[in-house]
Amino acid sequence: MLPRSLPGLLPRRLFSVSARMASNTPLEDVMRDKIVHAFTPSRLEIRNDSHLHAHHAAMEGSTSKETHFHVTIVSDSFESKMQPARHRMVYALFKEEMAREGGLHALQLKTKTPAEEQREKERKEKA
Amino acid sequence: MFSRAVASAFRPVSRPTFLRPVRSAIQFPSGPSIPSVLHARLLSNETRTAIDKAVSSAPVVLFMKGTPETPQCGFSRATIQILGLQGVDPKKFVAFNVLEDAELRSGVKEYSEWPTIPQLYLEKEFIGGCDILMSMHQNGELAKLLETKGVLVAADE
Repeated sequence: MLPRSLPGLLPRRLFSVSARMASNTPLEDVMRDKIVHAFTPSRLEIRNDSHLHAHHAAMEGSTSKETHFHVTIVSDSFESKMQPARHRMVYALFKEEMAREGGLHALQLKTKTPAEEQREKERKEKA
Repeated sequence: MFSRAVASAFRPVSRPTFLRPVRSAIQFPSGPSIPSVLHARLLSNETRTAIDKAVSSAPVVLFMKGTPETPQCGFSRATIQILGLQGVDPKKFVAFNVLEDAELRSGVKEYSEWPTIPQLYLEKEFIGGCDILMSMHQNGELAKLLETKGVLVAADE
Protein backbone atom coordinates (compact mmCIF):
# COMPACT_ATOMS: atom_id res chain seq x y z
CA MET A 1 0.00 0.00 0.00
CA LEU A 2 1.37 3.39 -0.91
CA PRO A 3 1.09 5.96 1.85
CA ARG A 4 -0.80 8.23 -0.43
CA SER A 5 -1.29 11.02 2.05
CA LEU A 6 2.42 11.61 2.59
CA PRO A 7 3.60 14.86 1.07
CA GLY A 8 6.30 14.72 -1.55
CA LEU A 9 5.10 11.50 -3.15
CA LEU A 10 3.97 11.44 -6.74
CA PRO A 11 0.17 11.53 -6.72
CA ARG A 12 -1.08 8.05 -7.56
CA ARG A 13 -3.51 9.21 -10.19
CA LEU A 14 -0.82 10.94 -12.20
CA PHE A 15 1.37 7.88 -11.96
CA SER A 16 -1.26 5.51 -13.25
CA VAL A 17 -2.17 7.76 -16.15
CA SER A 18 1.41 7.94 -17.35
CA ALA A 19 1.75 4.19 -16.93
CA ARG A 20 -1.27 3.59 -19.11
CA MET A 21 0.01 5.82 -21.86
CA ALA A 22 3.17 3.75 -22.28
CA SER A 23 2.11 0.36 -21.02
CA ASN A 24 4.71 -2.37 -21.14
CA THR A 25 1.94 -4.93 -21.01
CA PRO A 26 -0.59 -3.92 -23.68
CA LEU A 27 -1.97 -7.44 -24.13
CA GLU A 28 -2.28 -8.10 -20.41
CA ASP A 29 -4.14 -4.80 -20.05
CA VAL A 30 -6.56 -5.79 -22.80
CA MET A 31 -7.06 -9.21 -21.21
CA ARG A 32 -7.80 -7.69 -17.83
CA ASP A 33 -10.29 -5.24 -19.32
CA LYS A 34 -12.12 -7.90 -21.30
CA ILE A 35 -12.28 -10.39 -18.43
CA VAL A 36 -13.47 -7.81 -15.91
CA HIS A 37 -16.08 -6.60 -18.34
CA ALA A 38 -17.34 -10.07 -19.29
CA PHE A 39 -17.23 -11.90 -15.96
CA THR A 40 -17.00 -9.27 -13.19
CA PRO A 41 -14.74 -11.71 -11.33
CA SER A 42 -14.53 -11.74 -7.55
CA ARG A 43 -10.88 -12.65 -8.06
CA LEU A 44 -8.67 -12.28 -11.10
CA GLU A 45 -5.02 -13.19 -11.40
CA ILE A 46 -3.07 -12.80 -14.59
CA ARG A 47 0.44 -14.17 -14.61
CA ASN A 48 2.72 -13.62 -17.56
CA ASP A 49 4.77 -16.80 -18.10
CA SER A 50 6.17 -15.78 -21.48
CA HIS A 51 9.78 -15.63 -20.30
CA LEU A 52 9.57 -19.32 -19.35
CA HIS A 53 8.72 -20.26 -22.91
CA ALA A 54 10.86 -17.83 -24.90
CA HIS A 55 13.20 -20.62 -25.98
CA HIS A 56 10.42 -22.76 -27.48
CA ALA A 57 10.69 -23.71 -31.10
CA ALA A 58 7.26 -22.20 -31.64
CA MET A 59 8.51 -18.86 -30.33
CA GLU A 60 11.35 -18.60 -32.82
CA GLY A 61 11.36 -15.17 -34.41
CA SER A 62 8.80 -13.85 -31.94
CA THR A 63 9.67 -10.59 -30.25
CA SER A 64 6.53 -10.38 -28.15
CA LYS A 65 6.91 -10.45 -24.37
CA GLU A 66 3.26 -11.41 -24.05
CA THR A 67 2.72 -14.89 -25.48
CA HIS A 68 2.06 -17.19 -22.51
CA PHE A 69 -0.36 -16.39 -19.71
CA HIS A 70 -1.76 -18.16 -16.69
CA VAL A 71 -5.13 -16.75 -15.73
CA THR A 72 -7.23 -17.51 -12.68
CA ILE A 73 -10.80 -16.27 -12.79
CA VAL A 74 -13.28 -16.67 -9.97
CA SER A 75 -16.72 -15.63 -11.11
CA ASP A 76 -20.41 -16.36 -10.70
CA SER A 77 -20.67 -16.47 -14.48
CA PHE A 78 -19.25 -20.01 -14.39
CA GLU A 79 -22.06 -21.31 -12.19
CA SER A 80 -23.56 -24.59 -13.45
CA LYS A 81 -21.19 -24.79 -16.42
CA MET A 82 -18.73 -27.60 -17.05
CA GLN A 83 -15.03 -26.75 -17.28
CA PRO A 84 -14.79 -26.99 -21.10
CA ALA A 85 -17.70 -24.57 -21.41
CA ARG A 86 -16.04 -22.17 -19.00
CA HIS A 87 -12.76 -22.28 -20.88
CA ARG A 88 -14.58 -21.73 -24.15
CA MET A 89 -16.19 -18.61 -22.68
CA VAL A 90 -12.73 -17.23 -21.98
CA TYR A 91 -11.27 -18.35 -25.29
CA ALA A 92 -14.14 -16.62 -27.06
CA LEU A 93 -13.03 -13.32 -25.55
CA PHE A 94 -9.57 -13.72 -27.03
CA LYS A 95 -10.39 -15.28 -30.36
CA GLU A 96 -8.63 -12.55 -32.29
CA GLU A 97 -5.60 -12.39 -29.99
CA MET A 98 -5.11 -16.17 -30.19
CA ALA A 99 -5.53 -16.37 -33.94
CA ARG A 100 -3.15 -13.53 -34.67
CA GLU A 101 0.40 -14.44 -35.72
CA GLY A 102 2.71 -13.53 -32.84
CA GLY A 103 -0.29 -13.03 -30.56
CA LEU A 104 -1.44 -15.04 -27.58
CA HIS A 105 0.12 -18.48 -27.94
CA ALA A 106 -0.84 -20.25 -24.72
CA LEU A 107 -3.52 -19.47 -22.18
CA GLN A 108 -3.58 -21.59 -19.04
CA LEU A 109 -6.87 -21.24 -17.26
CA LYS A 110 -8.31 -21.82 -13.84
CA THR A 111 -12.01 -21.06 -13.85
CA LYS A 112 -13.91 -21.37 -10.62
CA THR A 113 -17.07 -20.12 -9.00
CA PRO A 114 -16.80 -18.34 -5.65
CA ALA A 115 -18.51 -21.33 -4.01
CA GLU A 116 -15.98 -23.76 -5.48
CA GLU A 117 -13.11 -21.60 -4.34
CA GLN A 118 -14.56 -21.48 -0.85
CA ARG A 119 -14.91 -25.27 -0.74
CA GLU A 120 -11.35 -25.65 -1.99
CA LYS A 121 -10.11 -23.36 0.75
CA GLU A 122 -11.96 -25.32 3.40
CA ARG A 123 -10.56 -28.59 2.11
CA LYS A 124 -7.05 -27.20 2.26
CA GLU A 125 -7.55 -25.94 5.80
CA LYS A 126 -8.73 -29.36 6.90
CA ALA A 127 -5.82 -31.16 5.28
CA MET B 1 1.47 -32.31 -52.42
CA PHE B 2 -1.51 -30.97 -50.53
CA SER B 3 -3.37 -34.25 -50.21
CA ARG B 4 -0.25 -36.10 -49.20
CA ALA B 5 0.45 -33.64 -46.46
CA VAL B 6 -3.10 -33.98 -45.18
CA ALA B 7 -3.05 -37.75 -45.20
CA SER B 8 0.19 -37.86 -43.25
CA ALA B 9 -1.30 -35.73 -40.52
CA PHE B 10 -3.78 -38.39 -39.68
CA ARG B 11 -1.28 -41.12 -39.17
CA PRO B 12 -1.42 -41.86 -35.49
CA VAL B 13 1.95 -41.43 -33.84
CA SER B 14 1.07 -44.05 -31.33
CA ARG B 15 -1.43 -46.74 -31.99
CA PRO B 16 -2.49 -50.09 -30.73
CA THR B 17 -1.04 -52.93 -32.76
CA PHE B 18 -4.43 -54.38 -33.60
CA LEU B 19 -5.57 -51.19 -35.26
CA ARG B 20 -4.82 -50.63 -38.89
CA PRO B 21 -3.37 -47.25 -39.62
CA VAL B 22 -6.27 -44.89 -40.17
CA ARG B 23 -4.23 -43.32 -42.93
CA SER B 24 -5.35 -45.86 -45.50
CA ALA B 25 -8.97 -45.32 -44.59
CA ILE B 26 -8.77 -41.60 -45.09
CA GLN B 27 -8.24 -40.50 -48.63
CA PHE B 28 -8.61 -36.91 -49.58
CA PRO B 29 -9.70 -35.96 -53.07
CA SER B 30 -6.74 -34.28 -54.70
CA GLY B 31 -8.66 -31.38 -56.10
CA PRO B 32 -7.25 -28.00 -57.06
CA SER B 33 -5.19 -26.70 -54.20
CA ILE B 34 -6.68 -23.88 -52.21
CA PRO B 35 -4.49 -21.24 -50.62
CA SER B 36 -3.64 -22.40 -47.12
CA VAL B 37 -4.77 -19.09 -45.68
CA LEU B 38 -8.34 -20.00 -46.62
CA HIS B 39 -7.94 -23.41 -45.07
CA ALA B 40 -6.96 -21.94 -41.78
CA ARG B 41 -10.43 -20.47 -41.49
CA LEU B 42 -12.51 -23.11 -43.11
CA LEU B 43 -12.99 -26.63 -41.91
CA SER B 44 -13.77 -28.61 -45.05
CA ASN B 45 -16.12 -31.57 -44.96
CA GLU B 46 -13.21 -33.82 -45.88
CA THR B 47 -11.17 -32.63 -42.93
CA ARG B 48 -14.14 -32.93 -40.61
CA THR B 49 -14.71 -36.50 -41.75
CA ALA B 50 -11.04 -37.30 -41.33
CA ILE B 51 -10.99 -35.89 -37.80
CA ASP B 52 -14.23 -37.77 -37.06
CA LYS B 53 -12.38 -40.95 -37.97
CA ALA B 54 -9.32 -39.98 -35.99
CA VAL B 55 -11.45 -39.28 -32.93
CA SER B 56 -13.13 -42.68 -33.20
CA SER B 57 -9.90 -44.59 -33.89
CA ALA B 58 -9.50 -45.51 -30.20
CA PRO B 59 -11.33 -45.01 -26.90
CA VAL B 60 -8.70 -42.47 -25.78
CA VAL B 61 -7.48 -40.06 -28.45
CA LEU B 62 -5.03 -37.25 -27.89
CA PHE B 63 -4.16 -34.49 -30.33
CA MET B 64 -0.75 -33.26 -29.29
CA LYS B 65 2.40 -31.50 -30.41
CA GLY B 66 5.09 -34.10 -31.01
CA THR B 67 4.88 -37.76 -30.07
CA PRO B 68 4.26 -39.42 -26.70
CA GLU B 69 7.97 -40.36 -26.66
CA THR B 70 9.17 -36.88 -27.59
CA PRO B 71 6.53 -34.23 -26.93
CA GLN B 72 7.33 -30.87 -28.51
CA CYS B 73 5.45 -28.76 -26.00
CA GLY B 74 5.31 -28.68 -22.22
CA PHE B 75 1.51 -28.91 -22.12
CA SER B 76 1.48 -31.95 -24.38
CA ARG B 77 4.22 -33.48 -22.23
CA ALA B 78 2.25 -32.87 -19.04
CA THR B 79 -0.85 -34.43 -20.57
CA ILE B 80 1.04 -37.56 -21.63
CA GLN B 81 2.47 -37.82 -18.13
CA ILE B 82 -0.99 -37.56 -16.58
CA LEU B 83 -2.36 -40.29 -18.84
CA GLY B 84 0.65 -42.44 -17.94
CA LEU B 85 0.18 -41.85 -14.21
CA GLN B 86 -3.49 -42.71 -14.50
CA GLY B 87 -2.53 -46.00 -16.12
CA VAL B 88 -4.31 -45.58 -19.43
CA ASP B 89 -4.02 -48.78 -21.43
CA PRO B 90 -1.68 -48.14 -24.42
CA LYS B 91 -3.83 -50.52 -26.44
CA LYS B 92 -6.77 -48.17 -26.00
CA PHE B 93 -4.84 -45.01 -26.74
CA VAL B 94 -3.90 -43.18 -29.92
CA ALA B 95 -2.03 -39.91 -30.24
CA PHE B 96 -1.98 -37.65 -33.29
CA ASN B 97 0.86 -35.23 -33.87
CA VAL B 98 -0.63 -31.95 -35.10
CA LEU B 99 2.81 -30.61 -35.97
CA GLU B 100 2.93 -33.05 -38.86
CA ASP B 101 0.31 -31.11 -40.73
CA ALA B 102 -1.09 -27.61 -40.68
CA GLU B 103 -4.49 -28.86 -41.86
CA LEU B 104 -4.94 -31.11 -38.86
CA ARG B 105 -3.52 -28.46 -36.53
CA SER B 106 -5.99 -25.79 -37.56
CA GLY B 107 -8.78 -28.24 -38.37
CA VAL B 108 -8.90 -29.86 -34.96
CA LYS B 109 -9.09 -26.46 -33.27
CA GLU B 110 -12.21 -25.65 -35.21
CA TYR B 111 -13.59 -29.16 -34.93
CA SER B 112 -13.37 -29.07 -31.13
CA GLU B 113 -14.08 -25.35 -30.88
CA TRP B 114 -10.93 -25.24 -28.83
CA PRO B 115 -8.06 -22.93 -29.76
CA THR B 116 -5.16 -24.79 -28.18
CA ILE B 117 -3.33 -28.13 -28.28
CA PRO B 118 -3.35 -30.68 -26.59
CA GLN B 119 -6.94 -31.90 -26.78
CA LEU B 120 -8.20 -35.12 -25.26
CA TYR B 121 -11.14 -37.19 -26.48
CA LEU B 122 -12.63 -40.05 -24.54
CA GLU B 123 -15.04 -42.24 -26.47
CA LYS B 124 -15.44 -39.47 -29.03
CA GLU B 125 -16.34 -36.95 -26.38
CA PHE B 126 -14.19 -33.88 -25.91
CA ILE B 127 -12.83 -33.78 -22.37
CA GLY B 128 -10.54 -30.78 -22.40
CA GLY B 129 -7.03 -29.46 -22.68
CA CYS B 130 -4.07 -29.67 -20.35
CA ASP B 131 -5.46 -27.46 -17.56
CA ILE B 132 -8.74 -29.34 -17.35
CA LEU B 133 -6.97 -32.70 -17.32
CA MET B 134 -4.56 -31.47 -14.68
CA SER B 135 -7.34 -30.33 -12.35
CA MET B 136 -9.37 -33.48 -13.02
CA HIS B 137 -6.23 -35.49 -12.27
CA GLN B 138 -5.75 -33.66 -9.00
CA ASN B 139 -9.33 -33.80 -7.76
CA GLY B 140 -9.83 -37.45 -8.66
CA GLU B 141 -12.45 -36.91 -11.38
CA LEU B 142 -10.17 -38.19 -14.12
CA ALA B 143 -9.43 -41.47 -12.35
CA LYS B 144 -13.15 -42.02 -11.87
CA LEU B 145 -13.96 -41.19 -15.48
CA LEU B 146 -11.23 -43.41 -16.97
CA GLU B 147 -12.22 -46.24 -14.66
CA THR B 148 -15.87 -45.98 -15.68
CA LYS B 149 -14.93 -46.05 -19.35
CA GLY B 150 -12.73 -49.10 -18.79
CA VAL B 151 -9.65 -47.69 -20.49
CA LEU B 152 -7.15 -48.38 -17.70
CA VAL B 153 -4.67 -51.21 -17.57
CA ALA B 154 -6.22 -53.97 -15.47
CA ALA B 155 -4.81 -53.84 -11.96
CA ASP B 156 -3.90 -57.53 -11.83
CA GLU B 157 -1.88 -57.48 -15.03
